[in-house]
Amino acid sequence: MSTSLLFLIVIALGIVGWFLGNWRARASVGGKTSALHSRPGYYGAYVLLWTTLPAVFLIIVWNVLSPIAVSSLVTAKLPENIQNGPEQARALTMSTVRMIENGLSKLSPEDLDKTADPATDVKALLMSKGAPLAVTPEPFAVDAARYQLTLKNSSQLLLTLSSIGLAALGLAFALFQVSPKLRSRNAVETVALAGLLGCSMVAILTTLGIVLSMLFESIHFFSIVPIQNFLFGTVWDPRFSSAGSGSGGGGEFGLLPLLWGTLYISIVALLVAVPVGLFSAVYMSEYASRGVRMTAKPLLEILAGIPTIVYGFFALITFGPLLRDLGAHVGLSISATSVLTAGLIMGVMLIPFVSSLSDDIINAVPQSLREGSYGLGATQSETIKRVILPAALPGIVGAILLAASRAIGETMIVVLAAGIAPNLTLNPFEPVTTITVKIVSQLTGDLEFNSPQTLVAFALGLTLFVFTLALNIYALYIVRKYREQYE
Amino acid sequence: MTVDTAPMATEALDSPRSKQAMKARIARRYAAERRFRAYGVAAILFGLTFLVALFSTIMVRGYSAFLQSAFTLDVHLDPSAFGSTTPPSETDIRMADYTKLANRALFQALGVDPANKADARAASQLLSQNADVQIRKTVEADPTVIGKSVQLSLLAHGNVDTLMKGHFDRSVPENRRQLSDKQLGWLDKAAEAGLLGKHFNTGLFTYGASSKPESAGVGVALVGSLYMMAIVLLIAVPLGVAAAVYLEEFAPKNLLTDTIEVNINNLAAVPSIVFGLLGLAIFINFMGIPRSAALVGGLVLALMTLPTIIIATRAAVAAVPPSIREAALGVGASKMQSITHHVLPLAVPGILTGTIIGLAKALGETAPLLMIGMVAFVVDFPTTPLDSATALPVQIYMWATAAERGFVERTAGATLILLAFLVCMNVTAVILRRRYERRW
Amino acid sequence: MLNVQTNELQQGATKLGGALNPHKVAAKDVSVYYGEKRALFDVTVNIPDRGVMAFIGPSGCGKSTFLRCINRMNDTIPICRVTGKITIEDEDIYDPSLDVVQLRARVGMVFQKPNPFPKSIYENVAYGPRIHGLAGSKAELDHIVETSLQRAALWKEVKDRLNDPGTGLSGGQQQRLCIARAVAVSPEVILMDEPCSALDPIATAKVEELIDELKQNFCIIIVTHSMQQAARVSQRTAFFHLGVLVEEGATNDIFTNPNDQRTQDYITGRFG
Repeated sequence: MSTSLLFLIVIALGIVGWFLGNWRARASVGGKTSALHSRPGYYGAYVLLWTTLPAVFLIIVWNVLSPIAVSSLVTAKLPENIQNGPEQARALTMSTVRMIENGLSKLSPEDLDKTADPATDVKALLMSKGAPLAVTPEPFAVDAARYQLTLKNSSQLLLTLSSIGLAALGLAFALFQVSPKLRSRNAVETVALAGLLGCSMVAILTTLGIVLSMLFESIHFFSIVPIQNFLFGTVWDPRFSSAGSGSGGGGEFGLLPLLWGTLYISIVALLVAVPVGLFSAVYMSEYASRGVRMTAKPLLEILAGIPTIVYGFFALITFGPLLRDLGAHVGLSISATSVLTAGLIMGVMLIPFVSSLSDDIINAVPQSLREGSYGLGATQSETIKRVILPAALPGIVGAILLAASRAIGETMIVVLAAGIAPNLTLNPFEPVTTITVKIVSQLTGDLEFNSPQTLVAFALGLTLFVFTLALNIYALYIVRKYREQYE
Repeated sequence: MTVDTAPMATEALDSPRSKQAMKARIARRYAAERRFRAYGVAAILFGLTFLVALFSTIMVRGYSAFLQSAFTLDVHLDPSAFGSTTPPSETDIRMADYTKLANRALFQALGVDPANKADARAASQLLSQNADVQIRKTVEADPTVIGKSVQLSLLAHGNVDTLMKGHFDRSVPENRRQLSDKQLGWLDKAAEAGLLGKHFNTGLFTYGASSKPESAGVGVALVGSLYMMAIVLLIAVPLGVAAAVYLEEFAPKNLLTDTIEVNINNLAAVPSIVFGLLGLAIFINFMGIPRSAALVGGLVLALMTLPTIIIATRAAVAAVPPSIREAALGVGASKMQSITHHVLPLAVPGILTGTIIGLAKALGETAPLLMIGMVAFVVDFPTTPLDSATALPVQIYMWATAAERGFVERTAGATLILLAFLVCMNVTAVILRRRYERRW
Repeated sequence: MLNVQTNELQQGATKLGGALNPHKVAAKDVSVYYGEKRALFDVTVNIPDRGVMAFIGPSGCGKSTFLRCINRMNDTIPICRVTGKITIEDEDIYDPSLDVVQLRARVGMVFQKPNPFPKSIYENVAYGPRIHGLAGSKAELDHIVETSLQRAALWKEVKDRLNDPGTGLSGGQQQRLCIARAVAVSPEVILMDEPCSALDPIATAKVEELIDELKQNFCIIIVTHSMQQAARVSQRTAFFHLGVLVEEGATNDIFTNPNDQRTQDYITGRFG
């Protein structure tokens, strides 16, 4: 019985349990439900939970553990030379076994018995059932496959019996407990609370998933390419070797040109976004009339809602060529994809990030400070420059760091507007490339997954994650600290 | 309290405070004030100018994508083209040479002699290579038309479309042009006779990927995006609301909940491409879900949207005044009941607004989808979440990097469609917020 | 009718006292509107130099509103409108040609809650002289800071930590720092809007002592809700009620022998 059907059965049992629990609770007080500790529905839910939770838990654990157990049992049956041979050969055999097993599962019991006879042409037999094999299987592989199939079938049978049994047991146990005194609501709410906690743990699991997945693949990468070559190398030339060479395939994976490109573009972007965003925020919160604020603020925030692919496209078809032509006019050779193009467009994208956060922060500066300054005869701009901005400085720094983190992690704009040539240059009119661009280009080809050309993307991703994580945590910390100061 | 008093005010301050110096100083200070104000105005104008430039460029480039040139032709569905049996078998219908039928109709309309090989080739280049598919679909839908003549609107070739939209330069020497003088003559005549015209481009919304701009559309990508949005809704909303309720209402102040908080805030700022790597490593390599599947895309986007929804829900829940909770607790409701019966219903508008904004963000997201192989060339509509799919922004990315001129217009057109969706979603969010905003 | 009365009183007081200085600040028919709502009704009052004038009255009576008219702090509230005439040494402060920045340099203000800037103690006091360009050199500025702090009776407590943040001081010290900050631009008039309402009794006593010192050099106008404080620190007192200046006169007279029934009721605690 398939696992999904099993789930359905358990849930159906649970629903039956709900009705039974509900009914038994009513019956126990002769229909006078006010005599119950909780509303009858809670008794139903109590029985439902007892019926489904243990069984579902069992099914999940079984599905995780059983393949591991089966695979180790089958491996133990393989010939000695394969068991002790290299890992790759073993993995290859196991995948053949899996393929044969997949075919065997389509055979009738009689045909299955036939495969035990070494004389049977298993390949032809499977072919006739619509399960073609790439290789002619060796007898030990067929045996192993049959063994694996048997194991799997008996495991599934055992799971079916035990999970349904467990569900029924839970139902009976809970139903037996139902009495007017039973605090079913408290029990149900405790479970619900645990469920809520579980949901909020997803955030931690996601972070953990990110860190672990990238760490594993990066370690794998660093076992092929030494970590110091990656971190301190000044040449990026991964040389797309033909898939399957597996042995490193040459190529140099120096992070520095990419890191430089990323930082250079981010700096240009911040040079645009910080003054524009800050001045907009100051004007919006200190000078603008209500009408101006109500129109200009949402309009500027549209900039944050535009997908970055749209910015990239704009840079590609309009802004890049425009800059190139402008440059040609004044005798500068500006490449259509360049640090300047990507940086300026990204800067515009970041304006609302800087301005709305700064706006909040400036508004949090207490009015009394403004009055104190006006009362001494300061003009509005003097008050802003000498009192408000210094008071808001930590918060504004936080906002800028968050914007920087966004600039470093931004992908689509740089993919379309920065170029693909790794370039350690100071010239803002030349194309450079960034970490994110290379992650995209390393992973969108048809490369073998285990080659360093692909794995390097995870090392780059890890670098990116560490960088932005540090920026984010520090920025969020100072913003929070700043908020507390004026609360 | 003994203080040396009066002298200071007069002595120290008298000289710089002389009327003249003071006046000049005040003038300087007011000039600085005006400059400062002007910087602010300039900053806002800078942002707004860019916004206008961006939108107008895309509109100017993109509006023509919603029109498509097509020939209106009487196609005679000659029974002899459909094999010998009557009625023709399904295979015959599928294998019939529709290109020939289309060309025949075109030659007739333009007055081209089919026997003149050079002319015939030149004329047949004016039709889209997709024209045969159009006729086949008509026949498959209703086989009884075989033997009759039907009037069909057949797509013109991309070059013809360029000409019709006025982007074609006739002054270029003939040998370097995409269309010869002869072809131009036919086209001018056909346009005059009303055989060739521009129509609303329904294909943009119904076709999938294609290497020919005239038969490329965002239909398949739209369905892919729709699948992903549905998955995001199904996963991120329940998880996000549950997590937010826990953190806002139940969480004790301890290391675990602090970690969760920091995590959520940080996840909201993690680069989206990192989520793509997570999807590749965990959902595809570890769990074995097929590459390019809408399910993987949906899962990745759901994880990305989760922090947005949690943060919005927390704000909405926190905005419900404590008096409501106390009132519920006061009549003997449990804490869980006071939340499910009173707090959550009141927080629904805020949760909805946050959800819509999160969805809008997810809809425009491209980078993580590139990581999980959604850059595939998908021609057919996905029917389950496990089929190969692509998404609207990814389609834009693929077209943006395509070489043909016709794709620039398509890209801008697709961008307009994406922006239209986003505008609708954000306007809905704003209306929701305005209408149900409650001041306690 | 009231105005006539107060004017007569004023003249009477001048005749009696003889030693009182000529008027520093004079208000005539001052009314204040917040949008449609009228908050102050035709207030006319003359305030002498070198002395302390106290405004008392129940909360919401308009005393703070009137105080904020004197250095045009009400300008910062967009919907606020002021009619009538206020002069400082016969100069109309609502004259369009008058510069509000200069005015506020002449009329300093101390607020209800201490509001030191989040800067060092030194920078807090130096702020005013800096923006108005009152000091030609660093030494001069140091001198201004020192004398201002001395005048605010804070010098001894902070002279060794001038670079510590002003927000780190105690509440009473912060308020005295704010007074030093106001004094540093050597204004002619100092407005104090309930300066002790956020302070404990010991800090209050110190600030009151300070006000007593400062009155030798400045015209001080103080808004207070504490009648005892008004009695302790002021020479003249004005009583506001519902936006109307009910009665104004020498503090002693107001507290011992008020003319108006409302004043009588207020100081005997029947309302307020």
